[in-house]
Amino acid sequence: MYRVWRWVADHWVMVIGLLVLAYLFLPIVVVFLLSVNRATSRLSYDLSDQWTLDYWLHPFGAAGIADALRLSIGIALVATLVATVLGTLMAFALARHRFRGRGSTNVLIFLPMATPEVVMGSSLLALFVTLQVPLGFWTVVVAHILFCLSFVVVTVKARLAGLDPRLQEAAMDLYADEWSTFRKVTLPLVLPGIAAAAMLSLSLSFDDFIITNFNSGTSVTFPMYVWGAAQRGIPRQVNVIGTAVFLLAFVIVLAVQIRGRRQAKALGVA
Amino acid sequence: MTALVGAAAGGAAPGTPPDVEPVAEPVAGRRRRRWTPYLLLLPGGIWLVVFFVLPSVQLLATSLYDRGGSLETGYQQAFAFYNYVDAVTEYWPHLVRSAVYAGIATIICLILGYPLAYAIAQKAGRWRNLMLVCVIAPFFTTFLVRTLAWKSILSDNGPLVEFLRSLPLIGNDFRLLATPAAVVCGLVYNFLPFMVLPLFASLDRLDGRLLEASRDLYAKPTATFRKVTLPLSMPGVIAGTLLTFIPAAGDYINAELLGTPNQYMIGNVIDSAFLVRLDYPQAAALSFLLMATILVMVFSYVRAAGTEEVV
Repeated sequence: MYRVWRWVADHWVMVIGLLVLAYLFLPIVVVFLLSVNRATSRLSYDLSDQWTLDYWLHPFGAAGIADALRLSIGIALVATLVATVLGTLMAFALARHRFRGRGSTNVLIFLPMATPEVVMGSSLLALFVTLQVPLGFWTVVVAHILFCLSFVVVTVKARLAGLDPRLQEAAMDLYADEWSTFRKVTLPLVLPGIAAAAMLSLSLSFDDFIITNFNSGTSVTFPMYVWGAAQRGIPRQVNVIGTAVFLLAFVIVLAVQIRGRRQAKALGVA
Repeated sequence: MTALVGAAAGGAAPGTPPDVEPVAEPVAGRRRRRWTPYLLLLPGGIWLVVFFVLPSVQLLATSLYDRGGSLETGYQQAFAFYNYVDAVTEYWPHLVRSAVYAGIATIICLILGYPLAYAIAQKAGRWRNLMLVCVIAPFFTTFLVRTLAWKSILSDNGPLVEFLRSLPLIGNDFRLLATPAAVVCGLVYNFLPFMVLPLFASLDRLDGRLLEASRDLYAKPTATFRKVTLPLSMPGVIAGTLLTFIPAAGDYINAELLGTPNQYMIGNVIDSAFLVRLDYPQAAALSFLLMATILVMVFSYVRAAGTEEVV
């Protein structure tokens, strides 16, 4: 017992850190518990004492849930693709070139991140209504690209800023032209940053509710399905999807991390 | 430092400026270079102007429309600045509440997030990547689903409230759900990673040798923290507080799901003005007010803290 206290006293920062992590994970544990617990009534958020695997065996048993999920994935893929391409181009311009208007471009990219989602969603809705654009898949995609763009620029720019410029100088010194320097040196080095930006956009887009709620018209994305269901009594399958998406993403990220570490070890970096 | 090393390695003669281009580029090449940044910026820039700047300007215009109109009859541009007066006199409790809730949530996030970020950056060793993944992990469960899970945790019939009720001094009618505490708890939970990540980034860059030096000079741990660690992590603290406060101030999901109309924030009002009451001029006025307040706060805060590198 004394040794335990000793360890806690020596590592109190770590202990607090782990407690905070536990706080972050608490709701995820509850989501999992709800997914294997039989609901007593549709409007109940409490755990009953009956446990079941039914919801996991029939995740799409609730009406509309599969369509909502499909729509969300489609929107997230299109928005991520466009935002990653546009954002990476902008990041290159900002990190690699000095030009007039650089400062104001930085402000223009920062502003969407400093704008509350209600404001961004509502002003876009006002624009679409004025232009009489029918609300639906494409208006949601446009909105998602908008808020993902700034995050992509910031992420890729940070990666570019951390690159050693001497690597490219070396390539140029070895008579590589600009294009092959870019293709063989710069791009492979920036790729992890671009991948991180794409992952970020994917999760931001998949998760967004507020901006989507303003601009989706009658289309129902997964978060909107959850919102609608929360008003009328929520099907427990929602928790199955929540847990499954979490596990999938967690495994992918861990695999990438382990592979990165193995590569670093092979190169003798770590 | 890098420049020094570079200059030394390049063997530049003393007195020569290090960044003179050795070979003059052909004129055509230089002209192309001058246009490259603008070409790279063009597609994304157009997107931001058309779908962000333009709607913001239009939002400002809408906020000054005559409130007598409607979507069917059309609106008259009346430069009705009293829309703002109306909005503030009618909804000032919501504005104040948003600022207070978001402020408290930001402070709690800082108190919780700092030790976590410090532990990951300086203490975790081989576990740091795993712990970092764990900070981001909650993002992968839809945020509405997580917030609904809080509804279960804080529920009147849940184990947490039952436990608290069994304690002395806490009455039997004690509850957590539908109180300001529940809303603040939800805000803290949802925006904590936005605090931890920038804090981690700045604490990660902290040179361990500086801490050692401070210890060697007989500074107590508290003095080392106050005089070395904290000042060096200030950029992270600033970025983190901004990234937490801004979305928290505009949020309405937590107030809607975990609170009651008595806890509604300005986001709830804007949402219902736009989507339920269809009072576009007032909704636009409130939106613009929120955006302007936040921008003024951001810029004065950044200026007071003395950094430019927020993004």
